[in-house]
Amino acid sequence: MSLRVSKPGLLTTVQDLGRHGLQHLGIVPCGAMDPVAHRIANALVGNPATAATLECTVLGPELIFLRDSLIALYGAAFEARIGREPFPVNRPVMVRSGTVLSTGNAVRGARAYLAIAGGLDVPEILGSRSTYLPANFGGYCGRTLKAGDVLAAGQDLKALSEQRFSRVTLKLALAKPQFQSVRWSAPELTLPFGGIVAARVLEGRHWAQFDVASREAFLRETWRVSPDSNRMGYRLSGPRLTRAKSVEILSEPTCLGTVQVPNDGTPIALMADHQTTGGYPKIAEIAGADIPGLAQLAPGGSVRFVKCTLEEAQAARREAQERLRQVEQAIAWELGIK
Amino acid sequence: MAAPPPRIVALGDAALLVDFSDTLDLAVNARIQQLAEAIRRRRVPWISDVVPALGSLALHFDPKHYDLATPPLEAAAALVKDCLGRKLPNLADLARTVDVPVCYDAALGPDLAEVAERCKMTIEEAIRRHCASPHRVLMVGFAPGHPYIGGLDEKLSVPRRATPRPIVIAGSIAIANTQSVVYPFTISGGWNILGRTPLRIFDPGREPPALMAPGDRVQFRAIDRAEFDKLARPT
Repeated sequence: MSLRVSKPGLLTTVQDLGRHGLQHLGIVPCGAMDPVAHRIANALVGNPATAATLECTVLGPELIFLRDSLIALYGAAFEARIGREPFPVNRPVMVRSGTVLSTGNAVRGARAYLAIAGGLDVPEILGSRSTYLPANFGGYCGRTLKAGDVLAAGQDLKALSEQRFSRVTLKLALAKPQFQSVRWSAPELTLPFGGIVAARVLEGRHWAQFDVASREAFLRETWRVSPDSNRMGYRLSGPRLTRAKSVEILSEPTCLGTVQVPNDGTPIALMADHQTTGGYPKIAEIAGADIPGLAQLAPGGSVRFVKCTLEEAQAARREAQERLRQVEQAIAWELGIK
Repeated sequence: MAAPPPRIVALGDAALLVDFSDTLDLAVNARIQQLAEAIRRRRVPWISDVVPALGSLALHFDPKHYDLATPPLEAAAALVKDCLGRKLPNLADLARTVDVPVCYDAALGPDLAEVAERCKMTIEEAIRRHCASPHRVLMVGFAPGHPYIGGLDEKLSVPRRATPRPIVIAGSIAIANTQSVVYPFTISGGWNILGRTPLRIFDPGREPPALMAPGDRVQFRAIDRAEFDKLARPT
């Protein structure tokens, strides 16, 4: 047993890179909302990208570590503390057995990932450890964490943690009674810089069915993530979008980043836990490179859509992947991992 | 049948849609499933999901292999064209028949009497026709394991209910127009509920997790309440 939950936070779930290959059975990949942040959190403790982490949302959990553990919290900036000390984020931290980590509120961004050396050990279901809340399976008992839950990491957690942490150069170390860390930190890759996130979009399949005013409004307005948004989709408040002619649409596949518009005219951006198929018109598709940034928006946050071409979206995706690869490599070098 | 070539369009930058038809056509749907099988058999490493739907098919690219095929959209479009240019696999020989026991008691099928009355037949006749229809799974979507089933006897065709029910119990079998669905989870729904099966439609711990897959034939079979209760009991 590796850690106990003393306060669950708002929405804390176990996630990995998702379950793939089952969408024809209605099973969506799900996985980390911000997979870039999930991957970097894992890299910081020497885990492979596929290891399971805790996704902490808006109000993070309070956790008690039951063994000496190498951990990292990366993503949204949370008011994280160990006792009275601020918890050093975005870097590997060795915590001693009995340490209490309180993650508090997210002051910037919405989601952070807590990685632990060896990864969280929950059963793999249909090829993944991700929690799928709409159907209550995967992750920890198919649900969000509750106070009192005890999660396991690899059996050799203490040895693995010490072995990985001992490779880090500690010349300029941060040493406190309950934890030890380094001075360097991983760069922020997905957190919004200012108030409004700009997301690139491609024209959706039914773009031309929307009336001119709606098409213009979609690209002109600043959209607010409404409070009834979740891991399935972000409802965006703004002007109502209407179609010039409302043609019945045969239910068809959707994907991560599809922006669909139900009959009430409120667009919904489909996120990690979205349905595999849907019968609502698709006004746009968000570029894959901008999904992690969108995942860092909490309800109340703002987004604008900027039209791009398929080539631009593909180039942006390659660029984002290359940047991630470089950061992962730099971290691996610091940790002495090949 | 000389079907028109499908339209191939990007679905964002990591998927594409092969669009065959805007309207439901069972022959076109069968062809979509054949194409899905043909693509699956190629075992292309950078395609993570092949998703046949009612009138279209989606291919999702695996981001991990993203730069294996450049540009992936063109490569996938070429793959689709190549598969369509060859003989598609005959799925009729491979299709499974899924036997689905259904209890049509009024307590479990609250809309059956109304459907029978609208269709000007007795309840027994409605049950007989529902069981005798050549049902086939057209698509699984909306929720894990949630099948859209075609082939309903046209004499049983009724529209969706004006007001959806806030709660439809898992296992409920419902119809609207010429389709049937079986609800894998207890959710809200606006289709006309004829009965309920004691079978688990989706079980993540089972292999395969979904009772029905696209292309499966479905045989509904009437059972009485005692048998329903016996089968529904957890073992």
